[in-house]
Amino acid sequence: MLDFEKPVLDLEEKLHKIKESNLDMEQKTFKINQIKAELHELKTTIYSKLSGWQKVQLSRHPDRPHSLDYIENICSQFIELHGDRKNGDDHAVVGGFANFEKQTIMIIGQQKGRTMKEKQFRNFGMSNPQGYRKALRLMKLAEKFNKPILTLIDTPGASPGLEAEAHGQAEAIATNLQEMIMLTVPVISVVIGEGASGGALAIGICDRLLMLENTWFSVISPEVCSSILWNNWDYTEKAAEQMKLTAEDLWNFKLIDGKIPEPLGGAHKDPEKVYLSLKKGISEHLNELKDIDPRKRIEGRINKYSHIGIYEEIK
Amino acid sequence: MSKWYKKIAEGIPSSSIFKKSIPEGVWDKCPECKTKIKEDKIVFQLFVCSCGHHFRIGSEEYFSILFDEGKYEELFREIVPKDILHFEGPQPYKERLVSEQAESGLTDAARVGKGRMNGVELILVAMDFSFIGGSMGSAVGERIARAIDYCIQHKIPLVIVSRSVGARMMESFYSLMQMAKTATKLALLGQAAIPFISVLTDPTIGGVTASIGMKGDINIAEPKANIGYAGPKVIKESTGKDLPKGFQRSEFLMEKGFVDMIIERKNLKSTISSLLQLIIEKEPID
Ligand SMILES: [Zn+2]
Repeated sequence: MLDFEKPVLDLEEKLHKIKESNLDMEQKTFKINQIKAELHELKTTIYSKLSGWQKVQLSRHPDRPHSLDYIENICSQFIELHGDRKNGDDHAVVGGFANFEKQTIMIIGQQKGRTMKEKQFRNFGMSNPQGYRKALRLMKLAEKFNKPILTLIDTPGASPGLEAEAHGQAEAIATNLQEMIMLTVPVISVVIGEGASGGALAIGICDRLLMLENTWFSVISPEVCSSILWNNWDYTEKAAEQMKLTAEDLWNFKLIDGKIPEPLGGAHKDPEKVYLSLKKGISEHLNELKDIDPRKRIEGRINKYSHIGIYEEIK
Repeated sequence: MSKWYKKIAEGIPSSSIFKKSIPEGVWDKCPECKTKIKEDKIVFQLFVCSCGHHFRIGSEEYFSILFDEGKYEELFREIVPKDILHFEGPQPYKERLVSEQAESGLTDAARVGKGRMNGVELILVAMDFSFIGGSMGSAVGERIARAIDYCIQHKIPLVIVSRSVGARMMESFYSLMQMAKTATKLALLGQAAIPFISVLTDPTIGGVTASIGMKGDINIAEPKANIGYAGPKVIKESTGKDLPKGFQRSEFLMEKGFVDMIIERKNLKSTISSLLQLIIEKEPID
């Protein structure tokens, strides 16, 4: 449970108790309707003006759907493929061919776990170099057979470990960036949770960048930002505000191509609804992209990334 | 002293910016061997202690050391940073930019120079660690992007001397996107088959390593430089253990296959120019 969710959960609990109580029918109905109205109002107040930090917390909500949940629910078939053909198979990245609305696509997603055991197995969604290299291998496979690519971003960042460095995660990330720019097939990336640092960008060079409402994408997590700038974690909340990292912020800066709404309270409150809107979003962009000549598509990608940045030119 | 050595030392202009902070002939104390170093000696030794420790130097020094007679034309100086996000931090980014600029005489953390290296015409980008840790924000990204465009347009090689903590946090998503921007330009440089030599110096960390640093056609490291993606402090915090000796140092990266060679500063110029001459196969102009 997140701090700011407490009043909602308390009220939901109260509602549940009344439903279970042995009040007479008329009284019960009256009370239930009263609390439902109250609950709706409370939810609207709390969830419609979430701060940056609250959205970061929602993006990490333990009940939130992860990559494999989305894959399972927006595709009719998915065959997972494994390994980078160099060094190993990274469990923080999943990928494979899938059937999306009667066409074959390649899906690559960063995967988190739910139980402690799963979390460790997935390395908390932090890829090792093997993960980026597996992702690139699958993208090249998609390119070879002319299949569009969908990447799902959900990572707190690259793996801060000895092995990851020894295996060259900087090289792996840098290689992905360069290779993705030149892919001849359409690439759509969706931030479904956390999008932190080069670890996220390594599968995020795309023709269209979409974000779910309660997600974020930035150079670093607010905690690490606070720790680097202020030397402690006390300013995490402030950092989260200043970094302008939410879907809404990036949409306002015209840095993303679509913002996908979530139900009040976050994706986990009504996953089916999110699956539907995500499916719709992907489908629209995919259809547009498929009609563009590959060379033009690459040109567009090059153009987009060549012009990103805000600076001044003095004379 | 070899003639060659002398030539390089003479190439350093006496008005170099590094002289400003030197107290009475003593330049600094070597963190490795603790020797106090004399000013004239350290300049002559290209800021390398007799024990082999390579001091961190900036763009002006690299331009002096690497360009013939220290002569170059600076390009894209007109591109300067801007605080688009109104980022506050402990010191507002806008104010920090002004004070960093006043203190360093630089406008941002990377400079682009055009000149010749043993006769080979090229573009040299060098980063200044003294400017917010050599971090890459939009202005640095744009300067590098234009440097690469220039190389493509004029068909001349690119050398980037990296020394950076990575992407500049105060520009958030925009700074992350400079990785994408520089990678895009490097991909185009690659398609044009124009050589790119990446020189990694202490330290090269984070987004700069993961976009530019590791993608040289040839990667050269100065001895014992800290090179990696996650910073040593972050790794230490997350693993809860001290890092093994030599971890993330040039020699470690060489062993793991991520750099081609480790070259002492005094040999950088001859190594780079020889490599470029071998690749270009054209007589350099004297
Ligand atoms: Zn020394």
